[in-house]
Amino acid sequence: MNKSDLIEALAKQADLPIRKSEEIVNLVFDTMSKALIAGDRIEIRGFGSFMVKTYQGYVGRNPKTGEKIEVTEKRLPFFKTGKELKEKVDGEE
Amino acid sequence: MTLTKADIAKKIADDCGFMKGEATEIVEKLLDIIKARLIAGEDVMISGFGKWTVKAKHSRRGRNPQTGEELILDARRVVTWKYSPVLKKSVNTGSSESGQ
Repeated sequence: MNKSDLIEALAKQADLPIRKSEEIVNLVFDTMSKALIAGDRIEIRGFGSFMVKTYQGYVGRNPKTGEKIEVTEKRLPFFKTGKELKEKVDGEE
Repeated sequence: MTLTKADIAKKIADDCGFMKGEATEIVEKLLDIIKARLIAGEDVMISGFGKWTVKAKHSRRGRNPQTGEELILDARRVVTWKYSPVLKKSVNTGSSESGQ
């Protein structure tokens, strides 16, 4: 399923015009992205949570040439599946 | 700070002109659609945000890390999520690309 499929499915389920459904789906993921960009957590009961982990920079080496490389600090978002979803995904074949 | 389902519903109510109750119901429906697809074993990809994938794990021998006791971990299915390159970039530069 991709975003267009989701927009269509939501329009049907919630009895909304496609345009409105599109606006909502975009807003939901935009809001979630902004929270992660701000370094905030996202917690959705029964679904899962998102958090941003920060990795410190370090000096690495190119294993081939031995050349020193500065690896800068980076931040990466992670998702942890919620209990209910975890159990349901594992429960059905 | 933590973003919750209620916060997302409020945002929808405020920006798209819904009553709070309606907005909450819409968010529930949206999440239910994603959940149902994942439970059915289907991947869900949201461009610019990320992709949920259902992975099948084989059964394997494991150990209870506390007692060292060996045990068999059953085959199972798990959900994983991978950020989109666009989100990764935004999280690192601190700016969002709006309007898609």
